[in-house]
Amino acid sequence: MHEVGIMESAIDAVLRQARAHSARRVHRIVLRIGALAGVEPDGLRFAFDVVTRGTLAAGAALEIEAVPARAYCAACDADFPVDGGFIARCPTCSALSADLRSGRELELSRIEMT
Amino acid sequence: MNSTPVAPNPAEDFEVHPLSGAAARPARQLSGPLAPEAAATLDAQVRAVDLRVPLLEKNDLLAERNRGYFLGRGLATLNLVSSPGAGKTTLLERTLDEFGRQTRCAVVVGDLETDNDGLRLHRPHAPVAQITTGGTCHLDAAMIARGVESLDLAGVKVLFIENVGNLVCPASFDLGEQVRVVLLSTTEGEDKPLKYPPIFKSAHLVLLTKVDVADALGFKRDVAVANIRRIAPQARIIQLSSRSGEGLPEWYDFLRGLAPAAKA
Ligand SMILES: Nc1nc2c(ncn2[C@@H]2O[C@H](COP(=O)(O)OP(=O)(O)OP(=O)(O)O)[C@@H](O)[C@H]2O)c(=O)[nH]1
Ligand SMILES: [Mg+2]
Ligand SMILES: [Zn+2]
Repeated sequence: MHEVGIMESAIDAVLRQARAHSARRVHRIVLRIGALAGVEPDGLRFAFDVVTRGTLAAGAALEIEAVPARAYCAACDADFPVDGGFIARCPTCSALSADLRSGRELELSRIEMT
Repeated sequence: MNSTPVAPNPAEDFEVHPLSGAAARPARQLSGPLAPEAAATLDAQVRAVDLRVPLLEKNDLLAERNRGYFLGRGLATLNLVSSPGAGKTTLLERTLDEFGRQTRCAVVVGDLETDNDGLRLHRPHAPVAQITTGGTCHLDAAMIARGVESLDLAGVKVLFIENVGNLVCPASFDLGEQVRVVLLSTTEGEDKPLKYPPIFKSAHLVLLTKVDVADALGFKRDVAVANIRRIAPQARIIQLSSRSGEGLPEWYDFLRGLAPAAKA
C-alpha cells in the first residue's frame, strides 16, 4: 500500500500551503493522477481519510482528475493517445513507443481553503 | 362584502400563498445573485490556490540530491527491483565475487526485516549497508542517503541498491539511481510484465533470471522477452543465470559500460 506513503507526502504539502496562507480549514483538494502513474485512485481515497484525520484537511473533499496517457511516435512525428493500457502502440504505423508525453502525473493541482 | 386582505407581492414573479403566507415558488428561484459586497467577502474567505506540486516532492528532491552526489563521486548506481526471491541477492553475491574483484563495488540492501541479505553479501572487498525498513514495502531516497552515509565509498565505482522484494511500490520511488534494473525470474511466468506494467515501464534494464531452469519449468523465454518489449521498448534485456553463469559476461559488460573510469 504505497498509496498511504504518497498521500502522507501530499497532505504534508497541502498543510504547508494552508499554513502559509494562515488558513483555518481546507475544503477541497484536487490531484492530477496519470493513467500510467501506477497508483490506484481508490487506494488514494482510502489513504486520504486516514491521513487527514485530526488535521486542517479533515473532512475536505478529494477530487482526483485522471490524466490520459499520450505517447510520441518518432517515425510519424506525432502524438497519439495510449489506449492499450501500458502498451503504447502507434495507431498509424504500429510501432511501439517508449516516449510518454503524459500519463505519469502524480500532482497536487489545487487547494481550496478558508 | 369584505374580501380577505392579501399581502402585496414583493416582486412580480414572487407569489405568496394566500392562506399560509409561504412562498409559492421554488426556493431556488427566490434567491437572486448575491449583493456584490457580500460576494466579495465570501470570495476573500475561500482561497483557491492552483499549483503543480509533485505528490512525492520530498522524495523527488532527495532523490535529485542523491543523484548529484553519486554523479559527483563518479559512482554508477543501480536500483535492483523484483518480486521476492527473483534472485537479486544471489546475482549480487556472484557479481561481487567476479566483477567486484576488478572494480570496487558497494551495496545498500533493503529488507522488511532481518539482515540476512546483508550478511550473505558481506565481503572484505565490498562495503555493504543493510537497511531494515520495518514494514515499509519499498526503499525511499532518504533511506538511501542514510545508508550510503555509513559506507566507505573510497575507490568505489559501482553502487548496487537491492530494493525490497516487491514489484509494485518501488516503482513510484526514485532513489537517485542512474539505472533501474527490473529482474524477472523464470519461476514467475512469462506474463509478469503485463500484470505489473508500471515497474517494467520504468526499467532501463530487465534481467531475465534463473534461465538455467527455464526448460525444466516450461518457461518460454521468447514469449517473456516479447512481453517485456511490449511494455518497455526502451529497456535493454539480458538473460542470465547466477547458477550456470550464462549471460553473466553480458551483465558485466553492461556494468563496465557504466563505470568507464574503472576500465583501465
Ligand atoms: N536455479 C536458480 N536458482 C536461483 C538463481 N538465482 C537465485 N536462485 C535461487 O532463488 C532463491 C531466491 O534467491 P535470492 O537471491 O535470495 O532472491 P532475492 O531476489 O534476493 O529475494 P528477496 O531479497 O527475498 O526479495 C534462492 O533459493 C536462490 O538459490 C539462478 O540463477 N538459478
Ligand atoms: Mg535478497
Ligand atoms: Zn507511428
